[in-house]
Amino acid sequence: MLFTSYKFIELVLCLFAAYYIVPRRVRWPLLLVFSYVFYWLCDPKYLIFIGTTTVTAWGATVLMGRADAKAEAYLKANKENMTKDERKAYKKRLASRKKLFMVLCLLLNLGILAVTKYTNFVIANINTFLSKGNAIRAVDLIIPMGISFYTFQTMSYVIDCARGTCRPEKNPFKVALFVSFFPQLVQGPISRWNDLSKTLFEGKPFNASDFGSGLMRILWGYFKKVVIADRIITGVTMLISYPQIYTGVFVFCAMMFYAFELYCDFTGGIDITIGIAECLGIKVTENFNLPYFSKNIKEYWNRWHITMGTWFTDYIFYPLSVSPKMLDLSKRSRQKFGNGVGKRIPVYTSCFLVWLTTGIWHGAAWNFIVWGLMNFVVIMASQELEPLYAKFHGRFGLKEKSGYKVFEIIRTILLMSMIRMFDCYRDVPLTFKMVGTMFYKFNFNRLTDGSLLKLGLSASDYYVLLAGLVIVFSVSLYKARKGTDIRSALRGKTALAGFVMAVLFAVIIVFGAYGDGYDSSQFIYNQF
Amino acid sequence: MDELLEILNELHSDVDYGTCETLIDDKILDSFDIITIVTEVNERFDVKIPATELVPENFNSAKALWALIERLDEA
Repeated sequence: MLFTSYKFIELVLCLFAAYYIVPRRVRWPLLLVFSYVFYWLCDPKYLIFIGTTTVTAWGATVLMGRADAKAEAYLKANKENMTKDERKAYKKRLASRKKLFMVLCLLLNLGILAVTKYTNFVIANINTFLSKGNAIRAVDLIIPMGISFYTFQTMSYVIDCARGTCRPEKNPFKVALFVSFFPQLVQGPISRWNDLSKTLFEGKPFNASDFGSGLMRILWGYFKKVVIADRIITGVTMLISYPQIYTGVFVFCAMMFYAFELYCDFTGGIDITIGIAECLGIKVTENFNLPYFSKNIKEYWNRWHITMGTWFTDYIFYPLSVSPKMLDLSKRSRQKFGNGVGKRIPVYTSCFLVWLTTGIWHGAAWNFIVWGLMNFVVIMASQELEPLYAKFHGRFGLKEKSGYKVFEIIRTILLMSMIRMFDCYRDVPLTFKMVGTMFYKFNFNRLTDGSLLKLGLSASDYYVLLAGLVIVFSVSLYKARKGTDIRSALRGKTALAGFVMAVLFAVIIVFGAYGDGYDSSQFIYNQF
Repeated sequence: MDELLEILNELHSDVDYGTCETLIDDKILDSFDIITIVTEVNERFDVKIPATELVPENFNSAKALWALIERLDEA
């Protein structure tokens, strides 16, 4: 079910009405019912998958909690009889037991994710490798919507419980709501238990100001999705579907159009998610912080899809980098190649594995794997070139010059947009070929011969997109300058806030990309 | 402590580690820096910092980091 479908909007409106009518203590169970109804409406079969993840995560964490309680009681009772070393050994055994529950739960759930998402990818590659067409037939598998998101979110809870940074929840229904909270089920953010649970089960009393603020964010999200992303997608699809026609400058257009589309699509969806949660008095972690204002690729990844980045950092990058094997490898590398190389080994090896995993997480295709590895290459290159940059900046005093900052921002946007072209074309060689045409095919004259009006976008569509770009940029600039979003300035100014919402609503209705036979596009991140 | 300051200065020589208490919050140290510190600490002090200790509170200042090293060394 799409965020832009009438069914979804009806479901949310019913939830808003019911949520504030029922007593506070039954608000979270009501949310759970709505979340399961949402998932059931998408496809009843999905419930088996999300149910399995919930039950196994709850079971594993409850067992961890029991082991903890038992150990605490044992250590208390034998405080006098045990030596420090005995206590240490006992705690170590406890940690191993908890680790076993965690590993079993991870294996099962990541196994489900791997089988549902990657079986056909593996089959296709085996067939290619054997050069035997369809020697092994593809399997018809269900891929539950948002499985990557809810699996990662749930696994973070299981790992945190095993690490002892999170208290296992005994109530299975609370765990079920954490896993299935429907506004974020579709495309994240990937929340952590310690953050989301603070407000998810609270059932906060109605607050008109918060509700209005949430509503405004929902409208802003819909504006970006249906007025901009769903309009520009026509042009992007056309440009990438006919690579033999649209080369050179058109690849650049596709690159910039797609950068704008993806930003509006993904951040728009997240705005809708966070806005709905705000209306319910629930705080969901932010997933973006002005990514297109980043001055380098590292900064960009700290601002784009933040919850995915921190997930990979906390659960893959850090544990891998500081694992005994990696430290040992670092030690041996130092002895063999010197300090410089030895120091880099853990960071670069883990970084490579993180980006490989990130690519695989994004989709079962070589395009995504190469996309991940390209990010790794660029990050490594910029890391290695940092001292050189510092020298250059220092010599010419560039760092503080605003013109240079703008240059850095544009450079980052162009670089990231170019890497992202792997999302678009049908395979890796074609992507390289098409991106290559930007550098030798200078067909700029085609921009003015009317070709841009043959992409399914009329002149008025371009005007709407241009206006959309100006509005999105202005709102972002406001946030960058003031350090807070524009809604804070409207808080308490009821009439002005109401006017802004009315205008946004009217713009969505009048300029939203719908019409006869219109079928709103899936959110791009749904497929992940 | 001097050896720790040496490690930190090798990463960012322009930071006053004596007074700065927001090394992570102000994004002065990033995840690459943290891993470099962990490997250097392992190398020079023979102290292993586990992944569970890689939290902002332990890396926000040189003082906090030194306290972590001492705590892990005693454990």
